[in-house]
Amino acid sequence: MPIRTVMKANEAAAWAAKLAKPKVIAAFPITPSTLVPEKISEFVANGELDAEFIKVESEHSAISACVGASAAGVRTFTATASQGLALMHEILFIAAGMRLPIVIAVGNRALSAPINIWNDWQDTISERDTGWLQFYAENNQEALDLILMAFKVAEDERVLLPAMVGFDAFILTHTVEPVEIPDQELVDEFLGEYEPKHAYLDPARPITQGTLAFPAHYMEARYTVWQANENAKKVIDEVFAEFEKRFGRKYQKVEEYRTDDAEIIFVTMGSLAGTVKEYVDHLREKGLKVGAAKLTVYRPFPTEEVRELAKKAKVLALLEKNVTFSVGGALFQDFSRALINQEEKPKIVDFILGLGGRDVTFKDLDEALAIAQKALAGEEFDEVNWIGLRKEIL
Amino acid sequence: MAVRKPPITTREYWAPGHAACAGCGCAIALKLATKAFSEAMEEKYGDPNAFAIAQATGCMEVVSAVFPYTAWKVPWVHVAFENAAAAASGVEAAWKKLGRKGKILAIGGDGGTADIGMQALSGMLERWHNVVYLMYDNEAYMNTGIQRSSSTPYGAWTTTSPPGKYSIGEDKPKKWVALIAAAHQVPYVATASIGNPFDFVRKMKKAAKVDGPAFVQVHCTCPTGWKSPLEKGVEIARLAIETGVWPLFEIENGDFHNIKIQPPGGGAKVKREGGKVVAIEFKKPIEEYLKLQGRFKHLFKKPEAIDELREQIKAMWKVLGVDVTLPKPEE
Ligand SMILES: Cc1ncc(C[n+]2csc(CCOP(=O)(O)OP(=O)(O)O)c2C)c(N)n1
Ligand code: SF4
Repeated sequence: MPIRTVMKANEAAAWAAKLAKPKVIAAFPITPSTLVPEKISEFVANGELDAEFIKVESEHSAISACVGASAAGVRTFTATASQGLALMHEILFIAAGMRLPIVIAVGNRALSAPINIWNDWQDTISERDTGWLQFYAENNQEALDLILMAFKVAEDERVLLPAMVGFDAFILTHTVEPVEIPDQELVDEFLGEYEPKHAYLDPARPITQGTLAFPAHYMEARYTVWQANENAKKVIDEVFAEFEKRFGRKYQKVEEYRTDDAEIIFVTMGSLAGTVKEYVDHLREKGLKVGAAKLTVYRPFPTEEVRELAKKAKVLALLEKNVTFSVGGALFQDFSRALINQEEKPKIVDFILGLGGRDVTFKDLDEALAIAQKALAGEEFDEVNWIGLRKEIL
Repeated sequence: MAVRKPPITTREYWAPGHAACAGCGCAIALKLATKAFSEAMEEKYGDPNAFAIAQATGCMEVVSAVFPYTAWKVPWVHVAFENAAAAASGVEAAWKKLGRKGKILAIGGDGGTADIGMQALSGMLERWHNVVYLMYDNEAYMNTGIQRSSSTPYGAWTTTSPPGKYSIGEDKPKKWVALIAAAHQVPYVATASIGNPFDFVRKMKKAAKVDGPAFVQVHCTCPTGWKSPLEKGVEIARLAIETGVWPLFEIENGDFHNIKIQPPGGGAKVKREGGKVVAIEFKKPIEEYLKLQGRFKHLFKKPEAIDELREQIKAMWKVLGVDVTLPKPEE
């Protein structure tokens, strides 16, 4: 029987790891994800999780040890955030290039400087070109579920890519919510044993991994990472569908909310999606034709779903907790790319907000709405807008 | 007629056909190290192949694993420059969970060990992974074109320590990584050299057989980076031992009071007290070692720099508890 209880997203992530039964975990503490390795230590100490837990001296070594373990052929997990993920950066490319299905839980947090431990998505967004799959959780249940599904997608032979699952610092990592812990047996059936055919360090059949490739081979190797990302789109759909069948919770790459007759659709990720749904309800009561959409999957980028979404709106208002300097947010680039060659396309307005843990309030969203309405009315509008700036301290 | 047993296994793990420069001393080191490992695995586990390698970026990696070829006949993984020790930690943890018998060999150059990989090495040793870390010390970053490392000796030319009007070449004493490793009180730490292959093989076997972490630093020549004759690698390495430039020693369990010093040969007089080496009077001057290498050529125009190097070598031996006399060449 599944257990219904309450827990923080960090605990949910540790529980997901416990249920997935990785054989090697290597992790290093960083706020806000510190509780994940702590909780896993408890599981291991109590014999509830039969894994080697390597208490590494840095995140760089955490991911390096995961690469070593995954190359040796075992399921591998780690957790980190912010500077820790940034310290892993170099090895993230390597893990993807070596096609190792490692899973990382990330408590999404701002990057220094100035040092700031609170939520935005700059850490994972900055790793969007590493080849890793990226999932974003709206709530603690999603954090748990998406980690389980991340393993399944990552280990699929059509994919074989590492995956990160982001959940917002403090808003989720440290907030207690109801969570259903699925049955171990059902998870075992869902995930199965990990038995790689491509990565193992077995003296009985020696292979060489992590080679040097000359120009004659490098591009092809990178292309296979591209292809694997493309393949992941279908595999994710299959895994989401299977998950729904087994566990009863429905996931979609792009989840829509009251979009049917919407003129303006707010698009976002992570826990902000919850706020935006409330906001949409509030606007609907006033008779405004607005909807919301949430990206559960950010890499591979759900281009097809975004094109379908775009058909429904005259304005897409993107709400982003990250910056790509001189461009806007990362979603702005991705949406622009997805829609640029479409015959009919909505206007796209980009909003950068909630950086470094600043609350996103209805007042902020009103500010965004006003700009989106200008775009809707065919008036001039700024493509990129910083919302909630304290101009008086600039 | 009786067939003489070869002194070391004829099994090859680092296969011919790798792309190292002619005369590469580090290639000799890897060949011997893997053979020694294999013998140790055979003796310990009854399976000569019971090992895997995690290796850092560097010369020995790029010359051995060029896709679609490989020189490795043993499970082998390369991750990055600074993390051979961390990757090896992961492999070892995975093997433990898979119930696989055997030992992991981590390999890094002096750059990947003494500099950028120092933190990962320390973490691996401290966490007590069942890994032998082999540092092949060619005393510079060779793969990127001969830049100094913290293991480059005083006075040596490299592309980033060029001698000039205001420079003698590398201006810092060599970092002694084996002593840093020993400070972790791991079961076994040793220095070795391709100039004494039997000693090196013995130490690698010993390292491979201990339970827990071990560290071996092997001095190996690089004719390209040292500007030395291709055919003289082993001779130069031996001269480093015989002139006192390269000490051979073992430290077990971090016991600095019982450092086991190997006699250097070359006519050196060794004085012992209670079985311990306390003084060595070297007969061959360090100049005999230096003069075979273009990287030290400029020092011969500044004899005071060679004297400074002599002082540094004495100081290093003092740390090992040995008083040495280093002769000057006969005028
Ligand atoms: C983070 C990082 N910085 C720099 C490099 C470039 N690099 C590759 S190998 C190397 C030097 C290797 O030197 P060493 O470890 O002494 O081995 P050797 O080449 O002498 O065998 C450098 C600087 C790299 N691969 N990664
Ligand atoms: S540069 Fe030196 S270490 Fe590198 S392969 Fe050539 S001889 Fe060996």
